[in-house]
Amino acid sequence: MELVFEIKGGDFTHAGKASSKIKKVLKQLNVDAKMIKRIVIAVYEAEVNVVAHAHNGVLRTIIGNDSIEVVIKDEGPGIENVEKAMEAGFSTASKAVREMGFGAGMGLPNIQKNADELEITSEINKGTMVRFKNYF
Amino acid sequence: MKISDIQKLTDARIVAGHSFSERNVKKAFSSDLMSDVLTLDEEDILLITGLANIQLLRTAEMADIHVVLLARNKKASPEMIQLAEENRIVLLETPFSIFRASGVLFSSGIQPLY
Ligand SMILES: Nc1ncnc2c1ncn2[C@@H]1O[C@H](COP(=O)(O)OP(=O)(O)O)[C@@H](O)[C@H]1O
Ligand SMILES: [Mg+2]
Repeated sequence: MELVFEIKGGDFTHAGKASSKIKKVLKQLNVDAKMIKRIVIAVYEAEVNVVAHAHNGVLRTIIGNDSIEVVIKDEGPGIENVEKAMEAGFSTASKAVREMGFGAGMGLPNIQKNADELEITSEINKGTMVRFKNYF
Repeated sequence: MKISDIQKLTDARIVAGHSFSERNVKKAFSSDLMSDVLTLDEEDILLITGLANIQLLRTAEMADIHVVLLARNKKASPEMIQLAEENRIVLLETPFSIFRASGVLFSSGIQPLY
């Protein structure tokens, strides 16, 4: 099954729509609750990153019998140093983002923690691609 | 502890999920940082927070948290209440500060996560 969502940069009211929908689908498929939680937390932090740091993005997920793949591609400033961005506490988030309860530099490390496989590629002034896969 | 007892101990008002007030909670976590809440490995805890926005409810949804206490008279918006109802989350509003609500509940037997 394939699901596609658009994510608008700066639009905090809608962040979480994709994760919410994916959670409902995984529940219906009877995926283990702890695994669902890992997946949707990773999706949610990735969604929030597009809203917080990029202009707009598309999230695509393919849900198979024993795995899920999620790809979030955005148009935005890109990440200068991905390795550094992955460090706990590294953040360039604005005050507005921090007021929403994010922007502590914990998102990417938490995506890493919850994903079985993670790949991040980014190009400055173009955008970022986050791809991860989890096995049920 | 039953949610109805949490309500009494903190002078709180239930603004969403009224029908689940007999649910039990053993542990709690207090934070305004949603990214931190998303790192918790336990589910079904009470979240005490001063952050009243939609992302609070999204975070609770993703983290499998079903009881949220808004401290210091922070008011839940209609959108927050709707999202709480959709996800069967009990949302409470207390006049107590995070510190006082946490202290009262801690001394009444709710356990910390860390
Ligand atoms: N999609 C993205 N586009 C541009 N920059 C990003 C993106 N995702 C993450 N970053 C960069 O990586 C940093 C760390 O991200 P993260 O760990 O999620 O922390 P936070 O979002 O709280 O700042 C961000 O502050 C930002 O500089
Ligand atoms: Mg982030």
